[in-house]
Amino acid sequence: MSEVRTVTERRKVMKRDSTRLRLFIFSGLVLVLLLATIFASYICPYDPNLQDLKSALQPPSIAHPFGTDRYGRDMLSRVIIGAQTSITSTLALVVIIAVAGTGIGVACGYFGGALDAVIMRISDICLAFPGLVFAMAIAAVLNGGVQNAVIALAAVSWPKYSRIARSQTLAVKDMGYLAAAKLSGSTPGKIIRKHVLPNIAGPILVTAMLDIGTMMMEIAALSFLGLGAKPPTAEWGSMMSGGRSMLQTYPWVVLTPGLAIFVSVVLFNLLGDTVRDYLDPQNAGREN
Amino acid sequence: MKKYVIKRLLQLIPILFGITFLSFAMMRIAGSDAILQKVDVSGVVLSQEVINAQRAELGLDKPFLVQYANWLGGFLTGDLGVSYISGNDVFATFISKLPATLLLTGTSVLLTIVISVPLGILSAVKQNKWTDYLIRVCSFIGNSLPNFFVALVLMYLFAIRFSVFPVISDGLSLSSAALPTLTLAIAMSAKYLRQVRAAVLDELSKEYVTGAKARGIRFSVTLWKSVLRACLVTILTLLALSVGSLLGGTAIVESIFMWDGVGKLAVDAINMRDYPMIQAYVVWMAVIYVAVNLITDLSYRLLDPRIRLGGEKA
Repeated sequence: MSEVRTVTERRKVMKRDSTRLRLFIFSGLVLVLLLATIFASYICPYDPNLQDLKSALQPPSIAHPFGTDRYGRDMLSRVIIGAQTSITSTLALVVIIAVAGTGIGVACGYFGGALDAVIMRISDICLAFPGLVFAMAIAAVLNGGVQNAVIALAAVSWPKYSRIARSQTLAVKDMGYLAAAKLSGSTPGKIIRKHVLPNIAGPILVTAMLDIGTMMMEIAALSFLGLGAKPPTAEWGSMMSGGRSMLQTYPWVVLTPGLAIFVSVVLFNLLGDTVRDYLDPQNAGREN
Repeated sequence: MKKYVIKRLLQLIPILFGITFLSFAMMRIAGSDAILQKVDVSGVVLSQEVINAQRAELGLDKPFLVQYANWLGGFLTGDLGVSYISGNDVFATFISKLPATLLLTGTSVLLTIVISVPLGILSAVKQNKWTDYLIRVCSFIGNSLPNFFVALVLMYLFAIRFSVFPVISDGLSLSSAALPTLTLAIAMSAKYLRQVRAAVLDELSKEYVTGAKARGIRFSVTLWKSVLRACLVTILTLLALSVGSLLGGTAIVESIFMWDGVGKLAVDAINMRDYPMIQAYVVWMAVIYVAVNLITDLSYRLLDPRIRLGGEKA
């Protein structure tokens, strides 16, 4: 028996090591993506807004790897600068919903009572709408714009986090150490900060990491529908929408921003999966 | 069971109130009412008295809650007002476009089942073999592709490059349904395949599977006769629950392929800020979504007697 156990243990260690390696590689790649976003204006080979009608709609070449659009703007530069809007707004959105949702959920779980009942009913109602449909309507009411697209998606997406935070809080609420902390005179604020939050951070972090890719696609979808970034701003979704009529003859104008979305979503999803495997080894490889 | 159904139906009441109230309030917050919008669209300058008189006629001078009650009454009797843009009855327009969307939803769900159920089972049975890895990589890629990107790539490849299918729909035909269906099914299959795999793996790890193996029963027999039968309900439920994301997805896909359903209607309405139309779309989508979830929940419990109903003692 002891032989068997050492083999499984060794396998576990190997698995953990490979997860750590993946975590290292994917965080590195995401870091590169983020650095490219921050320093986008220095990386761009051309001025992304410089119009040069003489070289409009050129196919991909060495001078313009992604071709040029109908105003002769370099597509590669526009895709790189577009990361600033697309990635920044996505990360802002995920941070907003994770922080707000968790705050609400912890408050509901910890204090309970009428507050809990009312907020949970509100979240039921939010969950009763198909997500993107509701977000589309809110964004339409707010009249578009990247900020409003973020607000619309935040309004739709927070309940997921407050549900997780609430149930996790309920689970730690009855633990002995919380009673001990209360007995020793800690205020609710301190208990939540020191005891509840550190214990529920894992699942929230995993959910948030896995959400980045989805949210990036949804922001792009709203922009694609004209409910996000407005044209002169380079944003991947609206760039694709703007070039739609040229798909037949100048496909690169439409497909290169799409490729950028795809690559970023893949990177964030890979990192998200790895973070899940790392923090929650029991459920490793079990997608749902 | 009867008690449970009644309980679930009662729970629906506040949710339906919430849905309608939110939708109504949202459009009011948009800061426009039918009269102002008409003035905007027609460009005719009306004096304040005329505007006030028309408002009174439509009940727009009443308090907010009274307006809501009136609107809700209209909603229940199928009267959602007229479109700001075309002047047509909103509800009639919506209903006339619904079959196209339902057809598209149906074909997408069908294609999703055809793709993801066999692949999900295969992936679970061959866990950690190369088949499994290949299927999982495909599902991962499918999950990372925004559906409008898939739609445009498919359109470029199949409609423009190889001209297999029409670029924009020419009515409710099978060939024009092909690309939108494929687009929706790719996104849905990627997600659903993982769920099927997880459900089958879960069932495969149960002790009776080992027991059957020990008794020398062929694996294929265990798989088909016991394992799949046991996961069938879970698989079907998960499918029904993913219809929600499909409802949102149809809007974009329909407008790209010019598929004349409620999704395209909604996107057009959003672009023209035709609030009554948007309102009708949001309310009805939410109602359909809630209804699908309810039916799923009920049939889940009906099909699987092992599940105790909420409120009933085990």
